Amino acid sequence: MPASASGGAQKSAAKGGARPAVNRTIVEFDKEQELHAYREMLLIRRFEEKAGQMYGMGLIGGFCHLYIGQEAVVVGMQMASKEGDQVITSYRDHGHMLVCGMEPKGVMAELTGRKGGYSKGKGGSMHMFSREKNFFGGHGIVGAQVALGTGLAFANHYRGNDNVSMIYFGDGASNQGQVYESFNMAKLWDLPAIYIIENNKYGMGTSVERSSSNTDLSERGASFGIPGEQVDGMDVRAVMAAAERAIQWAREGKGPYILEMMTYRYRGHSMSDPAKYRSKDEVQKMRNDHDPIEQVRQRLIDAGLASEADLKAIDKEIRAVVSEAAEFAQTDPEPDESELWTDIVIEETL
Amino acid sequence: MPIQVLMPALSPTMEEGNLAKWVKQEGDAIAIGDVIAEIETDKATMEVEAVEEGTLGKIMVPEGSEGVKVNSLIALILEEGEDASALDAAASAPAVAAPAAASESAPVADAAEPVPAAPVTLDDVQDEPEIPEGTPMTSLTVREALRDAMSEEMRRDDRVFVMGEEVAQYQGAYKITQGMLDEFGSKRVIDTPITEHGFTGLAAGAAMAGLRPIVEFMTFNFAMQAIDHIINSSAKTLYMSGGQITNPIVFRGANGAAARVAAQHSQDYSAWYSQVPGLIVMQPYTAADAKGMLKAAIRSENPVVFLENEILYGHSFDVPDIDDHIVPIGKARIARKGDDVTIISFGIGMTYALQAAEELAKEGINAEVIDLRTLRPLDMDTVLRSVIKTGRCVTVEEGWPQCSISSELGFRIMEQAFDYLDAPVARVTGKDVPMPYAANLEKLALPNVGEVIAAVKAVTYSA
Repeated sequence: MPASASGGAQKSAAKGGARPAVNRTIVEFDKEQELHAYREMLLIRRFEEKAGQMYGMGLIGGFCHLYIGQEAVVVGMQMASKEGDQVITSYRDHGHMLVCGMEPKGVMAELTGRKGGYSKGKGGSMHMFSREKNFFGGHGIVGAQVALGTGLAFANHYRGNDNVSMIYFGDGASNQGQVYESFNMAKLWDLPAIYIIENNKYGMGTSVERSSSNTDLSERGASFGIPGEQVDGMDVRAVMAAAERAIQWAREGKGPYILEMMTYRYRGHSMSDPAKYRSKDEVQKMRNDHDPIEQVRQRLIDAGLASEADLKAIDKEIRAVVSEAAEFAQTDPEPDESELWTDIVIEETL
Repeated sequence: MPIQVLMPALSPTMEEGNLAKWVKQEGDAIAIGDVIAEIETDKATMEVEAVEEGTLGKIMVPEGSEGVKVNSLIALILEEGEDASALDAAASAPAVAAPAAASESAPVADAAEPVPAAPVTLDDVQDEPEIPEGTPMTSLTVREALRDAMSEEMRRDDRVFVMGEEVAQYQGAYKITQGMLDEFGSKRVIDTPITEHGFTGLAAGAAMAGLRPIVEFMTFNFAMQAIDHIINSSAKTLYMSGGQITNPIVFRGANGAAARVAAQHSQDYSAWYSQVPGLIVMQPYTAADAKGMLKAAIRSENPVVFLENEILYGHSFDVPDIDDHIVPIGKARIARKGDDVTIISFGIGMTYALQAAEELAKEGINAEVIDLRTLRPLDMDTVLRSVIKTGRCVTVEEGWPQCSISSELGFRIMEQAFDYLDAPVARVTGKDVPMPYAANLEKLALPNVGEVIAAVKAVTYSA
């Protein structure tokens, strides 16, 4: 039970009091969970590296925001969710789609603007959806997904089902006005909304310290009575533990919950960002000491749950999946020219 | 076969760059994610990371090289088990980068709506009245008609709900939702906080999840706070999702000038919304249309912007007393028949148009008056048929003149019926100023019947 949950709303009331530490409580993973997490995170990592490479080759156009470094967040959240729960996020969305079970081929083909992409090539990296997998985008306007995701939660509430909506946004979006309009309504009506703030420390090039008067973003729901906690977003076990607390809270009808995932993106904001606002040492330290995939890998080896050879085999398997996706994304044709004029409005049959 | 490392593009516009530095040297082991080189563009210095593992076999472009073209071969990585002998063949192989997908010459979009230079041909139209003769009528205000439309649709479909400021307990700021809380309860008639941006986004999200929200804006002036969700979230999502995510939602409320509420509360958004692909835009004049059009809007699978008018709320009209009165989207109405000139308007603009037609009839000028009803898509068939018949056209609206509905009508008539025109199309619009408060200035800022009469006389050369 979320002991911290009821306390979450109160902790900020004691202003100036000691700041609660980042919650590193974990659920112990069994072998199957460790391997699942490893596989899922590695798929995202390899997919994103390939996307970066293909961007460099001019095969992917426009903006391309990579998720490398943040993999534990979506993987841990998804491990605690059930079928029927919805996911919505910003434009840094490739990882979210992969954990929702969307096909790497369809995602990559959307990045290259091809017919077989999830949006038939009309959405691109930032605008992709899968109704079948309950993935509601893929939104290019910072913060818009927070209000939309609150609407997904509203729909669950309206229908009286027990699904929850997982609404991802970044530290940058956490300063948008509509986030607070959404928080207010979510708590006012006790909607089953999990707000996951992926705090990767920089909103594009501006650090949280330079953009936010209170840098503890988990407290942002305090004035609405929404519990929140900071979570070690680099440890997939801590993410899953927090996700279980938050999801149970929302599923039981207690309303929204905020999880501030302390995470880090290794790459720039988008492919064209040289990331001059932070030191190489900072990035290297994160990669060396906190890499989410390396942590699982080390545990698997240390506990004798998998050998180097076992992991290499998984790696090879995943690289094959990613290569296949990349191949498809390059050979699949561009959308038919007639697609320019489809999907604008649905023909009325009144 | 060694892996080719190509000069990467770092932005959509980069064509070449400088190879500033090799971080890894020939013979160095490389893991995925290792920085192998730094390259410079006119904007930035960026690191190149390895996406394959192996050993850096050969550097093809030395550091310090300038103007290295994107996608040219810069290095070779030897895979596990390969030795240097593999390098020669690889170095001479063509770089394998596929060309960017965009072709040099832009494809001609031939699936577009045709823009004929020649006049259009129109099918013969059956001149049947929309409402059959003898249909029983009840006199209702526009306000009551709107309420009846929502209530009927909410009885019919439990996915439909209405939300907005003061719609429930207060019974509606303009009493449009009067009585609905009692009938449907607070689950489906929902008072929101005063947060247009937030509740519009929430409603758009609920629509994506399959509900059918009606969002009431106290006035559309306040919807400017929410316009991002109306356009970016609702109008564009069907397209951006390749047809997967529909947005069956109605945005409705008072639009345009009321009386003496000045600039921030008096704007007409007809032209703004009608510009956006993905939206349906409607604006009723009569109570019968208010009811039939709103019912159609609620049943539509598309996002509909439904523009009402505060002054019209209290006007009474005959409304067909039938079970399911629906006015189809995209169908204009001929409000008055005539042969001498076509007057096109919509919403409250119809009051000026119809009064002017009455006055003109006394002088022997018989105007045909068209009520557009739907502003997107425009019913050009009805417009063109009339203009081809009369050869003269005046448009009337309360909104500003630049990029207005009138501008669009004038242009399309010029494109599609140029040869039939006996005079340039004239327009009567609101003046090109923010709405003033003073009674005399406000009156000057809005169109009036005299201006419509003068415009008709100008196009019929009967001044």
